[in-house]
Amino acid sequence: MKGIFAFTAAAFLMAAPALADDDTLTIGMTLSQTGSLNVDSVSQQRGADLWRDDVNAAGGIKAGDKHYKVRFVTYDDQSQGGRVQQLYTRLIVQDKAQFLFGPYSSGLVATAAVISEQYGKLMLVTGGAEVKTYELGNKYLVEVISAANRYFVGAVDALATKNPHARVAYVYSDDPFSKDVIDQIRDRAKKAGLEIVLDESYAPSTTDFSPLINKIIASKADSLLGGGHYPDGATMARQLYDQKADLKWVTLMVAPGNPEFARLGPAALGITVPSQWEIQTSFKQDFGPSAAEFSKKFQDTFKIAADYHSASGYAGGLILQHAIEQAGSIDPDKVLAVLNAMDVTTFFGHFKIATDPEHHGLQVAHDMVVAQWQMLKNGEMGREVIWPLAVQTAALKYPMH
Amino acid sequence: MIGIFASLVDGVLIGSVYGLAAMGLTLIWGVMDVVNLTHGSVIVAGMFALYLLTSAFGISPYLALLPIFIAGFLFGIALYWIAVHRMIGRPPLMILLSTFSVNLVLVGIGTALWGTVLFNVPVTLPGLNVERYTFPGTHILAAVLTAVMAICLYLFLYRTRLGKALRAVASNREAAELSGIPTTRMLSVSFGLGVALAGVSGMLIATLFPFTVLAGDAYQLKSFVVVVLGGLGNPAGALVGGIALGLIEGLAAPFMPVSWTLIIEFALFVVVLIMFPRGIFAFRRS
Repeated sequence: MKGIFAFTAAAFLMAAPALADDDTLTIGMTLSQTGSLNVDSVSQQRGADLWRDDVNAAGGIKAGDKHYKVRFVTYDDQSQGGRVQQLYTRLIVQDKAQFLFGPYSSGLVATAAVISEQYGKLMLVTGGAEVKTYELGNKYLVEVISAANRYFVGAVDALATKNPHARVAYVYSDDPFSKDVIDQIRDRAKKAGLEIVLDESYAPSTTDFSPLINKIIASKADSLLGGGHYPDGATMARQLYDQKADLKWVTLMVAPGNPEFARLGPAALGITVPSQWEIQTSFKQDFGPSAAEFSKKFQDTFKIAADYHSASGYAGGLILQHAIEQAGSIDPDKVLAVLNAMDVTTFFGHFKIATDPEHHGLQVAHDMVVAQWQMLKNGEMGREVIWPLAVQTAALKYPMH
Repeated sequence: MIGIFASLVDGVLIGSVYGLAAMGLTLIWGVMDVVNLTHGSVIVAGMFALYLLTSAFGISPYLALLPIFIAGFLFGIALYWIAVHRMIGRPPLMILLSTFSVNLVLVGIGTALWGTVLFNVPVTLPGLNVERYTFPGTHILAAVLTAVMAICLYLFLYRTRLGKALRAVASNREAAELSGIPTTRMLSVSFGLGVALAGVSGMLIATLFPFTVLAGDAYQLKSFVVVVLGGLGNPAGALVGGIALGLIEGLAAPFMPVSWTLIIEFALFVVVLIMFPRGIFAFRRS
């Protein structure tokens, strides 16, 4: 009997959440260790992990007289909104997370935001760009990356410069983020003089793009703007190449931003991608590491090149750290007040959020670049920044092949 | 007009590969009355087998077909003894749960090993050009190989003693046993064969599209639609059903948004289940 009691007591102790001491700051988040969002989500998490390790190695976050070590509590959300809802509740209620980082993707962020708002927890979003999420009157949501309305601005401007009368096909995934990206660019493309000859969405689970590519060819489009997430964007790029779609310009969101896109070989060449950040971009940072320092440390730690998801993950941590240090407190309302007024530049770029109630938390200062897959001087494939011209690292290749 | 023709040809080419995948599923159902929910992960296993063989040995992807078929067959037999044999004769839900669990294990192992990053097997074959449209050589060869596989399966089932024994078990297991046919061995052979066909279809799909560990779900879903169209337990019907599915995808695209294709496919799925429960192309049970 005594043994059973001891066993039960031990089980309860083990099941109880690890209680952080006073000098520890607990940040909760989910990541998609499994499921379709795994690649980009893990990349984002690696960036956040690197920030945590850097902060702790430097003695923690200074708030007033105290230094707080950072502790992450993470769960696998399996790339599913239902899991996000349960797990963010658990992070707040059971794990006593003091601050939250958002999950990856617009859909999951929208779900997590319901919980963070309900409990009044500050959540920094480094991977959810849908504008609508920031138009719902959320008070505790802070977007670090550019919103969906900025994604294709550079691509449209660059294309219009090269071919003011380009015949454009919009072909995009039927998910909230991708639809938002396209919706936000329609007016700009029209004003730039581009002719829209095809406007089609496809199911995110699409595995064969042949019928769509035949439609693109039938429409006599010479340019393509679209894509969605990782598997569909990569498949579309490969099939555009295999079926010789003969396009002069292809911009796909998200997928070509991942280093693994190079696995497509020649099918990747010439493809452009709106990017939140590229290794070559160099902003003069107000605090934190430079882009080169971050890239090197990331490469040394994870043995892979950093991408914009990992950079945004790190930048989210930096922004929170700076806000806490400026507030001199870990009180969420004081930290939020600092974030509302913050206008700074990190290696990731400019940070400033909208503070009007209709758009609170929406990122309004960060600028995106357009990168293109090209053959580099070392004979390998890689991305070069081709737009805006001010930060261009290589000439834009147009037509792409 | 040429655009519609191109979409139809594409539909037939890719549909035949869907048909090959579904043949594996329907063969297992026909012989054993087992719905194999490891089907999707086996297709993915075929994809990864191709990737590993081509990247390790640098061989032509098509030379990997036979090794993948044999490995798939052996893997299928092992799977039968591990997850299926003890469930035979029990309520259908038990087999569903058993194969579903194995599916989760396989996907979990794959995710742990490779994550969900993209893999690509670069294959370059000269295609066929018609005006601005190109039919990639990989698509044409995949359809040809599917036809060859279907003929081989037909010859096996109808011209060999083992194939006839399989059909006897499918037709009446007790009578087959009374006739001296080792039915348990036949069941494991049919499961091995079904898995081998799924693996080879995965291998052929990997020559057409990039893939991830999670790619199996979409093809498994398509296989179910194809099996219902072609008739449960009917391998020939599965091939025709696959081509029909490809044609629907190809034919619908020029006339409506492609996002409607899925709706049409699954509406058809429900209609066929209600109106033709033995499948539109269920000429007879093989």
